[in-house]
Amino acid sequence: MEKILVGLKRVVDYNVRVRVKSDGSGVETDGVKMSINPFDEIALEEALRMKERGDASEVIVVSIGATEAQQQLRTGLAMGADRAILIESSGELDPLRVARIFKALVDREDADLVLLGKQAIDDDNNQMGQMLAAIWGRPQATFASRIELNGNTARVTREVDAGLETNEIDLPGVITVDLRLNEPRYVKLPDIMKAKKKPMDVIPLAELDVEGGPAIRELTYEAPATRERGIMVDDVAGLVAALKDRGLI
Amino acid sequence: MSKILVIAEHDGVMLNPSTAKTVSCASKIDGAEIDVVVFASSAKEIAGQAAALQSVTRVLTVERQENEHAVAAVLAPQIVVLCEGYSHVFGPSTTFGRDLMPQVAALLGVNQISDIMSVLSSHSFKRPVYAGNAILTVEAPVDQIVVATVRTASYAASGTGNSAPVSTTNVDAELPTHTRFVDLQSGATDRPDLQTANKVVSGGRALGSSENFEIIYKLADKLGAGVGASRAAVDAGYVPNEMQVGQTGKIIAPDLYIAIGISGAIQHLTGIKDAGTIVAINKDEEAPIFEVADIGLAGDLFSIVPELTDAL
Ligand SMILES: Cc1cc2nc3c(=O)[nH]c(=O)nc-3n(C[C@H](O)[C@H](O)[C@H](O)COP(=O)(O)OP(=O)(O)OC[C@H]3O[C@@H](n4cnc5c(N)ncnc54)[C@H](O)[C@@H]3O)c2cc1C
Ligand SMILES: Nc1ncnc2c1ncn2[C@@H]1O[C@H](COP(=O)(O)O)[C@@H](O)[C@H]1O
Repeated sequence: MEKILVGLKRVVDYNVRVRVKSDGSGVETDGVKMSINPFDEIALEEALRMKERGDASEVIVVSIGATEAQQQLRTGLAMGADRAILIESSGELDPLRVARIFKALVDREDADLVLLGKQAIDDDNNQMGQMLAAIWGRPQATFASRIELNGNTARVTREVDAGLETNEIDLPGVITVDLRLNEPRYVKLPDIMKAKKKPMDVIPLAELDVEGGPAIRELTYEAPATRERGIMVDDVAGLVAALKDRGLI
Repeated sequence: MSKILVIAEHDGVMLNPSTAKTVSCASKIDGAEIDVVVFASSAKEIAGQAAALQSVTRVLTVERQENEHAVAAVLAPQIVVLCEGYSHVFGPSTTFGRDLMPQVAALLGVNQISDIMSVLSSHSFKRPVYAGNAILTVEAPVDQIVVATVRTASYAASGTGNSAPVSTTNVDAELPTHTRFVDLQSGATDRPDLQTANKVVSGGRALGSSENFEIIYKLADKLGAGVGASRAAVDAGYVPNEMQVGQTGKIIAPDLYIAIGISGAIQHLTGIKDAGTIVAINKDEEAPIFEVADIGLAGDLFSIVPELTDAL
């Protein structure tokens, strides 16, 4: 296999307690820690392992978004990716457009495999990989917890509601990854220095001729209903009584 | 008027309860006419179950060999042909629906709405984002087909007793062979299904081993409850992945949820915020799970859980 494309989305770090802005226009991002979407880090780790095993020759990390996403791409390069592509855009991007941009890059790079996260933890859409596979007309294997490459096919174990499903796909194709696939490596300081010299292509979105789908308008953001702290009981007898009280046992 | 096509989820024999919940969501759209489509190699049984659901107008079946264990790449092109004339296509936000529906949307050239939790009108909906830390109201364009998944935990299953007409349809679509189903391994149990059980008992990292997890099963069996787990317990190999509750596991809404030796990380709480009563058992009085628990008991689970099981 020649090339693997890996999507790295810049998102609010998963440890941040996200707060809705008072005017309902979005969530607070000022001064908030931003990171690589955790699933994408796992996708990258898997791509790097494929390359290290000799199953691929080049790993390219791709982000679509603001200039600042260069930080996350640099981290990806420090982890071991060979080069990076940023499709720079300051505005909102609908998922279909992101998928079409990936399709354009797949064509341009002649990629054999696209590894993505199963979902971005900001919009929680869980769509992009599936959309890309559909418009590319190539296989998808979503929610991967194990990937076995055998030449031109891949055997993928998928975490589905009923258990573990195995699919075999012909390559090229799209695989979206789940958390248990691997544990991403830590970046070491010398790697960060080395990463500075690795190539990063910054391409303004306008240079690609890619349209979005009909927009789904975001009207307002609101905080979710919160649950109140309830009562503490002292012992099992108290617990049983409280459950009986509520008619639960 | 809204004409809604619901994609049935099933295992080849039984209709998955997610379908009744998706129908229930669709029925919240005023004056909706709801058709359910069953893709299968043999659809009769499943179609009968779908026809019994309240609010369903018609059931369509598409029987062909390729629809046995059909993957998204096989179903999506058939749905695209079939949804002509419909204003909405809905699937459940289970792994089945999440795998499939974005393909349908992309082939139709529209964006998808994920995880509808509330219907405001035929084209405006609420959905959770940021692991449920924010609720977003969205509005889909009225001149386009709406493709969406339904957050099943937000809806009670549509009742039964209906007898909607069932008709067989042929769909002319070219189907790819590039993606092949190999097998499904599930730790099938006799216990109530996690996603539909009225009561669920979950264990966390504190259980320490799969042997120790037995005390969770014993309590669950006494209560007639389904069994869940935190991601930490799954990662540590105490239980299989399909038992994980939370943002990246199952989103559930039982009447009673008992969290045992689970700290209450935000990603776990996302999965249980619609539960009726949350009970927490944890030795750390400061554990975040107590902030959302209706009934808390601080102490060592290894003495509390057996004692509770005996007391029931
Ligand atoms: C992107 C992402 C997605 C995630 N998705 C999920 C998800 O879907 N579901 C999920 O659960 N997690 C998820 N997580 C992980 C989550 O952040 C937590 O790490 C996880 O929920 C912790 O599991 P736990 O509560 O079992 O373990 P811990 O946090 O280690 O908590 C163990 C608890 O047990 C208590 N305890 C220890 N010994 C005893 C004893 N003898 N008696 C009583 N109590 C005891 C401790 O006080 C502690 O509170 C996700 C994380 C990320 C980054
Ligand atoms: N703007 C983006 N830049 C890079 N990758 C993205 C972007 N949006 C989505 N992806 C990839 O697609 C996956 C699924 O995203 P989503 O469908 O938005 O939940 C993510 O985990 C990323 O791998």
